[in-house]
Amino acid sequence: MIEILFYMAGAIALIATVAALTQTNAAHALIYLIVSLLAVAVLFFLLGAPFAAALEILIYAGAIMVLFVFVIMMLNLGEAGRSREREWLAGRNWLLPGVMAALLLFELVLAVRHAPSLTSGLAVDPKAVGLSLFGPYLLAVEIASMLLMAGLVGAYHLGRRFIVRRTGRR
Amino acid sequence: MEGLQIPLQHVLLLAGALFTCGLAGLILRRNIIFMLMSLEVMLNSAALAFIAAGARWGQPDGQIIFLLILSVAAAEVSVGLGLVLQIQRRFKTLDMDQANRLRG
Repeated sequence: MIEILFYMAGAIALIATVAALTQTNAAHALIYLIVSLLAVAVLFFLLGAPFAAALEILIYAGAIMVLFVFVIMMLNLGEAGRSREREWLAGRNWLLPGVMAALLLFELVLAVRHAPSLTSGLAVDPKAVGLSLFGPYLLAVEIASMLLMAGLVGAYHLGRRFIVRRTGRR
Repeated sequence: MEGLQIPLQHVLLLAGALFTCGLAGLILRRNIIFMLMSLEVMLNSAALAFIAAGARWGQPDGQIIFLLILSVAAAEVSVGLGLVLQIQRRFKTLDMDQANRLRG
């Protein structure tokens, strides 16, 4: 019976992804994309990877999506921003994503109630991940840190010129 | 695993379907923000496949590759969105067919 949760979450992930990539309004697409990421996080939890599920929500649905929101809001400054914002707050835009997210929360509650059976067997706990990450995969951690450093420097370089020109022109 | 018995093929099919959605979005959409979102979806589906494989054999390696994919996605999206700001400022559009100074 608990297997149904997996297929439900998978269907929600697929539907939300298709809905996200076929929208014309970037902000609406972002809401659907967040629902899709939440669905994938529930899939991770059901597959016995609670650490990965938490990271998916924190970093993907939290940090990376906030970057998208910032850029969309920055690009929409100026013409007709307020009426567009009022349109975004209309109920029909967030009703379907809200229903999907509520379904995912329901699934998560059900899964947590089944937690002893879910985290037994082949589930991988965070301790094993940490031990392996800072044991045999230490070089990969270093490479990831160098990659993040390169991303930080690159993003600062691109964004700094944007900000300086904008304030200099005023 | 006694609690949840999902065949690995079904998870891989789902990951493949998500990847196909992302690829189709990347090819069909011309708005660069949607192209970046499609890239996120594709990376995410790859991560799902890794997690499924890690859960299948009960090894932590899948989640470690997921962490690496996460850092790649974070670096990619920060640089990509910086480029979006530059392109918007320089070409006054987000349509990638307009930004064809290289005549590609």
